[in-house]
Amino acid sequence: MKEVEIRRLFAANLLCVFSVILTAVVPALLWDGFTVLGTHLVWLCICSVCVGTVNVILHLVLKPNRSPKRSSLAHKISRFLKCCIYFFMSCIVFHAIIVLYGAPLLGSVTETFLFSVLLSTFTTLQCLCMLGPNIQAWIRVFSKNGAMSIWESSLQITTVCSILGAWFGAFPIPLDWDRPWQVWPISCSFGATFGYVAGLIIAPLWIHWNRKQLTYKSR
Amino acid sequence: MQRWPVLLFLAWVCLLFFAGIGLFMSGFLLTRIELASSSSCSDPLLPPPWQGQSLPPGSCWAPQRFSKAVLVIIDALRFEFARFNPAKASPLPYENKLSFLHHLTTSQPRHARLYRFRADPPTATMQRIKGLTTGSLPTFIDVGSNFATYAIQEDNLLAQLVQNGRRVVFMGDDTWEGLFPKKFFRSYFFPSFNVKDLHTVDDGILQHLYPTVDSGEWDMLIAHFLGVDHCGHKHGPDHPEMAKKLTQMNEMLRSLVDHLGNDTLLLVAGDHGMTETGDHGGESEKEVNAALFVYSRTPLFGTGPPEEPEAIPQVNLVPTVALLLGVPIPYSNIGEVMAELFSGDSDTVSAALQQLSVYHINAKQVDRFLQSYSLVAQDLPAEQLQRLQELFSGAVEEHTQLLDQVQGATLVPPELESRLGSLISRFQVYLREARAVCTQSWARFNSLRMVGGCTLIAASCLLCYMAAELAASSDSFYRSCLLYPLLWGLVVAVLLGLAHVFTQEGLDLLLVSSCTAAASQLGFFWHWWAWLGLAFPMGILLFRCGAMFSDSFVVAEARVAPFLLASLVMLLVGKLHWDGRLTVPEGPKQQVLGFSSYRREMWYLLCLVATLLVCVRLSGFFHQCREEIPQCRPSLFLSPLASLRNTRAKNLFYLLCVALLAGLVYAVRSWLRHYGNLNSSDPLVLFVRWGFPLLVLCIACYWAVVSSADDSLGKLQELVQVAIVAFPWAVYGLASMGLLLLLCNPLTVFAKDTWESAGSIVTPYLGAPSSEVDFLHVIPQIYKRMQESQKNRLERGSCRATIAAYGLGSVYSAALVIALTLLGFLLMLLHSERLSLAFLLLFLEAFVLLHIHTRARGLPFSVPWYAVISWLLAASQFFYSTGHQPIFPAIHWNAAFVGFHLDHSTNLLPAVLVGANTFASHILFAVGCPLLLLWPFLCEMPSSQKKKPKKEPREELQEVEEHMMEMRLRESPEKFSTALLQLGLKYLFVLGAQLLACVCAAMILRRHLMVWKVFAPKFLFESLGFVVSSICLLLGISLVMRVDCAVSTWFRQLQLR
Ligand SMILES: [Zn+2]
Ligand SMILES: [Zn+2]
Repeated sequence: MKEVEIRRLFAANLLCVFSVILTAVVPALLWDGFTVLGTHLVWLCICSVCVGTVNVILHLVLKPNRSPKRSSLAHKISRFLKCCIYFFMSCIVFHAIIVLYGAPLLGSVTETFLFSVLLSTFTTLQCLCMLGPNIQAWIRVFSKNGAMSIWESSLQITTVCSILGAWFGAFPIPLDWDRPWQVWPISCSFGATFGYVAGLIIAPLWIHWNRKQLTYKSR
Repeated sequence: MQRWPVLLFLAWVCLLFFAGIGLFMSGFLLTRIELASSSSCSDPLLPPPWQGQSLPPGSCWAPQRFSKAVLVIIDALRFEFARFNPAKASPLPYENKLSFLHHLTTSQPRHARLYRFRADPPTATMQRIKGLTTGSLPTFIDVGSNFATYAIQEDNLLAQLVQNGRRVVFMGDDTWEGLFPKKFFRSYFFPSFNVKDLHTVDDGILQHLYPTVDSGEWDMLIAHFLGVDHCGHKHGPDHPEMAKKLTQMNEMLRSLVDHLGNDTLLLVAGDHGMTETGDHGGESEKEVNAALFVYSRTPLFGTGPPEEPEAIPQVNLVPTVALLLGVPIPYSNIGEVMAELFSGDSDTVSAALQQLSVYHINAKQVDRFLQSYSLVAQDLPAEQLQRLQELFSGAVEEHTQLLDQVQGATLVPPELESRLGSLISRFQVYLREARAVCTQSWARFNSLRMVGGCTLIAASCLLCYMAAELAASSDSFYRSCLLYPLLWGLVVAVLLGLAHVFTQEGLDLLLVSSCTAAASQLGFFWHWWAWLGLAFPMGILLFRCGAMFSDSFVVAEARVAPFLLASLVMLLVGKLHWDGRLTVPEGPKQQVLGFSSYRREMWYLLCLVATLLVCVRLSGFFHQCREEIPQCRPSLFLSPLASLRNTRAKNLFYLLCVALLAGLVYAVRSWLRHYGNLNSSDPLVLFVRWGFPLLVLCIACYWAVVSSADDSLGKLQELVQVAIVAFPWAVYGLASMGLLLLLCNPLTVFAKDTWESAGSIVTPYLGAPSSEVDFLHVIPQIYKRMQESQKNRLERGSCRATIAAYGLGSVYSAALVIALTLLGFLLMLLHSERLSLAFLLLFLEAFVLLHIHTRARGLPFSVPWYAVISWLLAASQFFYSTGHQPIFPAIHWNAAFVGFHLDHSTNLLPAVLVGANTFASHILFAVGCPLLLLWPFLCEMPSSQKKKPKKEPREELQEVEEHMMEMRLRESPEKFSTALLQLGLKYLFVLGAQLLACVCAAMILRRHLMVWKVFAPKFLFESLGFVVSSICLLLGISLVMRVDCAVSTWFRQLQLR
């Protein structure tokens, strides 16, 4: 059972990785003048949308959270709306935190906001897919011994990796190398993306290696 | 409680660090004193005339040989770049490119010559320009009259030219603009900062060079090309781009020579060389080996060039050019004239006499300089000066004799020639030895001392870390940790002292003290090496230290420190969350549902974190700029209010600042009132009640007087002059009075007599306590009694005060808070008005940090590392947010004149004022450091009582503990002193780690392009900050001990009553 689960997780994560890679390659073939660096904002949008869609589809197909309850359509719709609100709120919160960390307050609002959307896609959207709009479940997952399945462990790892990546991405900004990718927010969004991809790859491997120690509490 | 051992131990550790800093500094920072004197035409330095020669008009000291000179400086022109070797079949990109120089030397051997031009370290452009114009050996710190500008204060070639009515035209590197403000007749400056840009400066010069030369409106033309240097930094010398650049220079020289007249001297010089990687700054052979090329259309030299080009020191250029152009040699020159340029066309004897005469002038000038220098500074060894003096007078005497004999025609040519030759070499020996003496003390990094200092600091850091971990775990800590190391150090000091006595050498105090420090550290590690276990939870500190090694990060540190602080706090919250300390412990219900929910404190903590982040972000609005970031605009808040044109804005800002001051006083007073420290009628409390508002009033009046427009007051001008001095002095007086009161009686405890009526204390030990143990036992008793009396009164409903209203529970913090407020007022007075906003943010941020730390604390008696690191990060953040930068031009010099009319009798007072201004945040955070230990005790939550209502038998006891607050520290004095020691050591460790990073950066990167602009000033500021912080830390801790002392006496009195 566990082996099969891990394999499923690995496949799903690889799909996400491929979607990220494709967002950098495919638009360049379709449009002239598209480069990840040059038209970075466009890439940010495309990447957010693609990764978001792939995540939602994977979630619908794989149904990792095995929700036992059957629910009515109205309930589903309200859940969906709640998810949208949560996502939007998380974008706002990320934006605020990024500004508090030193991003320009008034200049480059678009850049900052799109970056926070990207970060929300990598973190909040996954949580929403996996756990639904249920803050208490989120709190539980992000504490020690809180993960109850390999999917939740994977969620922990990818989220932390994305945020760490974004954090490390801020490091090259003050350097005087005069590279095009040192411009706000390119290095940070690259960092976040690399962190996300790294998290996706690391998570199944880590779970595989630690599968003896990982004992999940059953609900 | 062990007061003295703790203080002594901390002081010992500080001294170890100081010794390390001193040792490193003596190896790295070469200092020299700038003399203010300058040469003039009328100085009596002329040699005795020969053949009745007199000076032609327009000449000083020596007859003018050229009326014009062109000095082309090609930055980083290494000797190998200028040399031409026709035999070389496949030259490297930088070889054989300046073929025109070779062409000139071979076709006109008596007109042109190439030299090796030996640069003196430090081989940084600015120091080299200084050397090339003053004829001296500039060090990193030339102790002169003015730190605020980079302008050269010493006598120099340009000043002499201008003084003698010559027109100096400059084009090129804009470093010269800062060095020689308003000296140029005409100038074309181009930005030198961007090392990646190879062409702007050079193309700019080429555009103006030939028209200017042709116009003839100049006597000295200086063109400083930067392309070669920048190409070296960007690509290194071995690169095709370098070939292009050198070819361009070759073409430039070819056409420049075509434009020159017969009366013009052309000098092409490199200011330094470059290493294989294209860097410079140090003293390796490739860096100091530059090229000099001399050319004129009239014959310069008596003979043809030697086989191998001669090597001459860079300082030789100044006296040579000065005498050739007929101006006095700059006062501080220690160079030797290049005599072969003075021989001209004439026969051997008269050429030799001519050379002797310039040597004579040169020697006299050098001798005069050495004498005046040895009067103001002792860094040149006396016996060598004595020897030089003898050499000099011997040579001068012989010169006079010889001239007499020449005039009397008593000497025949062969003998005459040999005597002339020997005299010339005597002068040469004198001048060379004089230069060697100066070089030895001014222009050598002492790597041994640098490495030694580094090691000492690193070892001290390690010691701090180990001792901090050890302090809690050992009984005989002080004896083995303090006594033995001190003994070791003492033994070594005595041995060294004896060795010095026996060898009769001069006692080098610094060396002795650092050897002592090293020995006493050895003593420490000898006893404790087994405890070396490094478990490092400090990634953030690692990042912070790593950032010191990159010039970009040092330049951007104003933004790096807040970033790291915010990250650290977020990390802390994340970790608390991960550990489940913020969530309600899982009950059976939660386990079933798999959900967790937050405690109520969580939201409080989140609010605190949000406030902290906002504070951190807002503090970014007070930053000063560095020149390395050209697009930066300095904060508006830095300028004084007086500079505001808009009266309404001025008034608004003024009111805001005063309101903030009043708000601060109100906050402090209500904090004290909340903890009951404002009830007694001791002088200190009275001072807090009445002195604080008075202080604010004085500061407000001072700001009003200073910021009002000068002309608006008309006749009141004199009164204003008095007020400008009087108000600051009132503030100084009041604040020092407050601090004195605090020292005399730091207790803000109010003991109401009513408790006596409730019955005397029941103690098992009647009479005076016979031992400390007995005494300790009494304290809880007193508490209980107080508690009871309090309860009685509460029941009667007469007063709603709690036991804390007596202020005993917060007695330590209250003293610290009062001290901090007083210091805060003093420091705000030294800053410009609107920076009080930044200070308010500082206090707010410190308050929030303390609260976050209280929420997150683990063990009660130890301050965790993250708290110390965040405290220090906040200190460095507010160094920048009070408008400072670690560069000399950014120092707020006007702080020296708060309360003084532009005059100071000593240097000490202004240094203290400026230092206090610069290190304001270091001072406040270091003094407030013990609060990190005290605050969690202060904020003991009464709410915990509610949570365990069931355990009734324990309730009574718990309640007593409940309100003990800081008295819990007193209850276990051993733990208290250990905790203080640990806190101090941790603080010193984190400070020391930052310092170590700076020191290592300065040492490793001493060849770096930015070393004198970025790393060396950063190192200086960091080490000064370390000294200030550690002293203030000691002061803060000793204040806590003073309070502890007072509390002890208070209890003793209480018991006797
Ligand atoms: Zn240079
Ligand atoms: Zn350079």
